[in-house]
Amino acid sequence: MGKKLLLEHINEPGIQSFEVYRKKGGYASVEKALKTMKPDDVTEEVKRSGLRGRGGAGFPTGMKWSFIDKKSGKPRYLVCNADESEPGTFKDRYLMEHIPHILIEGMITSSYALGANTSYIYIRGEYMYVAQILERAIDEAYANGFLGDHILGTDYSLNLYVHVGAGAYICGEETALLESLEGKRGNPRLKPPFPAVAGLYSCPTVVNNVETIAAVVPIVNLGGDEYAKIGVGRSTGTKLISASGHINKPGVYEIELGLPVEEFIFSEEYCGGVWKERRLKAVVAGGSSVPILPAGLILTTAKGEPRLMTYESLADGGFVTGTMLGSGGFIVMDETTNIVQNLFTFTRFYRHESCGQCSPCREGTAWMEKILHRLLQGKGKKTDIDILVNAAKNIEGNTICPLGDAAAWPVAAAIRHFRKEFEEIAESTTEGKKLEIATH
Amino acid sequence: MAKVTIDGIEIEVPDGTTILNAARQIGGKIVPPAMCYYTSLKDTGGKCRVCLVKVSQGSAKDPRPMPKLVASCRTPVADGMVVQNITSPDVLEARKGVVEFLLLNHPIDCPICDQAGECDLQDLTYEHGTEVTRTEFERRTFDKIDIGDKIKLHMTRCIMCYRCVYVADQLTPERVHGVLNRGDHSEISTYIEKAVDNDFSGNMIDVCPVGALTDRTFRFKSRVWFTKPMDAHRNCSKCCGKVVLWMKGDDILRVTGRKDHYGEVREFICNECRFEHKNTADWVIGGPRHINRHSVISQNHYEKVDLQKLRKEIDRQIVFQKGKQLPETSTSHS
Ligand SMILES: Cc1cc2nc3c(=O)[nH]c(=O)nc-3n(C[C@H](O)[C@H](O)[C@H](O)COP(=O)(O)O)c2cc1C
Ligand code: SF4
Ligand code: FES
Repeated sequence: MGKKLLLEHINEPGIQSFEVYRKKGGYASVEKALKTMKPDDVTEEVKRSGLRGRGGAGFPTGMKWSFIDKKSGKPRYLVCNADESEPGTFKDRYLMEHIPHILIEGMITSSYALGANTSYIYIRGEYMYVAQILERAIDEAYANGFLGDHILGTDYSLNLYVHVGAGAYICGEETALLESLEGKRGNPRLKPPFPAVAGLYSCPTVVNNVETIAAVVPIVNLGGDEYAKIGVGRSTGTKLISASGHINKPGVYEIELGLPVEEFIFSEEYCGGVWKERRLKAVVAGGSSVPILPAGLILTTAKGEPRLMTYESLADGGFVTGTMLGSGGFIVMDETTNIVQNLFTFTRFYRHESCGQCSPCREGTAWMEKILHRLLQGKGKKTDIDILVNAAKNIEGNTICPLGDAAAWPVAAAIRHFRKEFEEIAESTTEGKKLEIATH
Repeated sequence: MAKVTIDGIEIEVPDGTTILNAARQIGGKIVPPAMCYYTSLKDTGGKCRVCLVKVSQGSAKDPRPMPKLVASCRTPVADGMVVQNITSPDVLEARKGVVEFLLLNHPIDCPICDQAGECDLQDLTYEHGTEVTRTEFERRTFDKIDIGDKIKLHMTRCIMCYRCVYVADQLTPERVHGVLNRGDHSEISTYIEKAVDNDFSGNMIDVCPVGALTDRTFRFKSRVWFTKPMDAHRNCSKCCGKVVLWMKGDDILRVTGRKDHYGEVREFICNECRFEHKNTADWVIGGPRHINRHSVISQNHYEKVDLQKLRKEIDRQIVFQKGKQLPETSTSHS
C-alpha cells in the first residue's frame, strides 16, 4: 500500500465535520505554523518539500510563493483554484466533498506563509453542493477560532470566502479566474504582469490548486525534507489521480509519485485492469489537454524503460512519444474506442469553452470541431487530416492563454499516433455509415 | 533608453516602448500589422495576434530567445533585444495562419460593404494572407442591429478586436455595450439593443477595423474611393473639432476623425461634429487630405488584371475545391 497523506482518513465516519477531523489530528499544521514558525519558514518547508503545482502545469510551489511581492505595501491574497473543469479531472471535488477541512486548514497555513489576511476559494458553479460543504466547514473553523481575528490568540487574522463561478472552464486559467473574482467577464489577462506582482485587484496574489494547498498540511506536519522522501527525483510526494474510462475500478486514488503506470492500470489496488477482458488501446494521462498515447508508449517509454507516474517520466520523449502528468485526469480507452470520435468530443469541449478573445483559438477550435464532425459523418476528405494538423499548429503557441495549446495538443497527438484511423474514416464516405452525434 | 534591433535595423527608443511602436519609428515594411491595438485607447491589443513577432534575443543581459512568438503591440522592448518580423519564416507562417482564422467566418462581402477601400482586413489579407480558402463550411451570421439612430452594427463582419468596447469605456460616461457569450459565439452587443447614445459614441465607427460598425448617415451613399477627403475644422466646445470631410462635389457625405499613417485616430471627435454638420458653411476647409497608404482610396485605380493569370488561378482553385492535389501556382503577390 502506498502512503496516504491527503486521503488517510477518507473512510473515517464523520470526517466531514470539524470535530472528527480535529480528533484525527486536523489543524495541527495551523498550530505548528502560527505558534512555532515564521511565515518565511513555512515557505522554506514548502520549497524543501519539492511540491509542484497540482493544477496541471507542475510549477514548483515554494518558488511561486517566494515570487510574491512582499514589499509593495499592498494587501496580498491567496486564491484557491477550485474551478476543476478539465475533462477527466475530478480529484479536487472528491477531496473537498469528503475532507473539506483539509483545504480550509491548508488555506490558513498557506495564507499565513504569504501574509494574506483575506483569501478566496473560487469554485466552479456546477459544484454548488460542494461550495455549501465548504461554507459549513468555514463556519465551523470560525466557531473554533481557526479563522477570523487573532487566530489561536496570535497576531494573525484571516478571513476566508468561497466564491462560486458561473460554470466556465476558462475561469480555471488563473488570470481569467481573477477577472471573474473581481466581478468581470472571465477573459484571461495578458502576461506579464504575473499575479505574484499584480493579481487580484492589482495586488500581489498567489493562485494555487486545491490539492496543492491541501498538500501544505502534511508538508508542515512532517517537514519538507520528510515529504520529499516520497517520490522519485523532482516528482515528490503523493498525487491524487482521478481514473476514468474503460477500467474495472474508476475513482480517485492517492498514489506515491513514481508508481509504474502499468501497476496503476492493472493492479487491484488501483484501476483493476481494463474492463470486459479487453485490451488497452490508449491513455490520456493528465486530463483532456495532454497528448494521448497508444498502449505501447504509455506503458514503456520510447527508450524501452517502464513509464512511471512522475512529471519527468510521463514527459519522456517530449510530445513525439511522451505526454504530461497534467492535472491527474487519467482516462483509459479500450480496444473498441474510436479515436476520431474521442477527439471530436474533446475538441467540441474546447470550442465551447474558448473565451473568444484571441482569433486563433476562437476561430481555430470551431474549425477543427467542424472538420472532425464532418469526418465522423462520413463526409470528410483526406485533405481534412492535413488541415487539422496545420490548424492545430497555427493555434499552438500563438494565443493569449494556454487554452489554445490545450485544444491543439490533443488534435496533433491523436493524428500523430492514430493517423490510420483518420484516413480510414476519411475514405469511408458511405452515407450509411453516418454516426449520430449532436453538435450542441 | 533601450537599443533594439528589428529585422536587422537598430533603433534606440525610450524604455517601456512596445516592439510595435519601436518598429513604427523605423517605419516601412518591417512594421507588423495591427488589428486590435490602438494607440489612443489604453489596454487595447494582444487579441488579434496578427502582430506576432519572434524575439530571438531577449535582452543584452539575458540573451535567451523568448520561447513563443509574442504580440509586438503589448511586449515592451529591452536593451539589446533582437526581434524578427519579416525576416522570420515562422512569423510569416503564423501570421498567414491568423489571417486565415480571421477570414474563416468573415462574410467577405466587400462589394456591398461601406468599409471596402479603407478596410484593415482587406489590406491585411492582401499583404499577409493566402490566395485560397480552405474552409467549406457555412459562415457564422448575426442579425444586424441599429445601435441608436446613427450607428449600424453588422456583427457578422466583426473580428472581435474589442476596440469599440474600449472607446465606450474610456470616452463615454457609461458603457452600455460589450461582449456577450463565448468563443466563436461571442458577439458585440448592447444586450437589450439599448441605443448607444452619448457625445462620443461615434468614435466606435472610426476605430472599427472592418465594416462591423458603420455610420448610418453614410451607409450606401458612395464607395469611399469616389469621395474626396478634405481636412477641416470648426470651433467645437466638446472636442478638438479637427476632422476629415469626405466630399463628393460640394456635398459632405461623411465626417470622420483624422487617421494617422497606421489608420489610428489620435484626437477623437464628438457626435455633433460627426453627424450634425454636413454643410460646408459649418467648416473651415484646409486642404485635401493625403491618404498615404496603398489602399484604393489613394491609388484611385485597381491593379491591371492579367486575364491569363486569373484564368489559371480560377482553374487551380476549382481543382483545389474538389479536394485534389494542389498544383503549383504561377501567380504570386509581389
Ligand atoms: C484553460 C485553463 C484551465 C485551467 N483550469 C484549472 C483548474 O480548473 N484548476 C486548477 O487548479 N488549475 C487550472 N489551470 C491552471 C491554472 O492557470 C494555474 O496554473 C493553477 O491554478 C496554478 O496552481 P498550481 O500551481 O497549484 O497548480 C487552468 C489553466 C488553463 C490554461
Ligand atoms: S487562447 Fe482561447 S481561451 Fe485563451 S484567451 Fe485566447 S480565445 Fe480566450
Ligand atoms: S495588434 Fe497586437 S495582437 Fe492585435
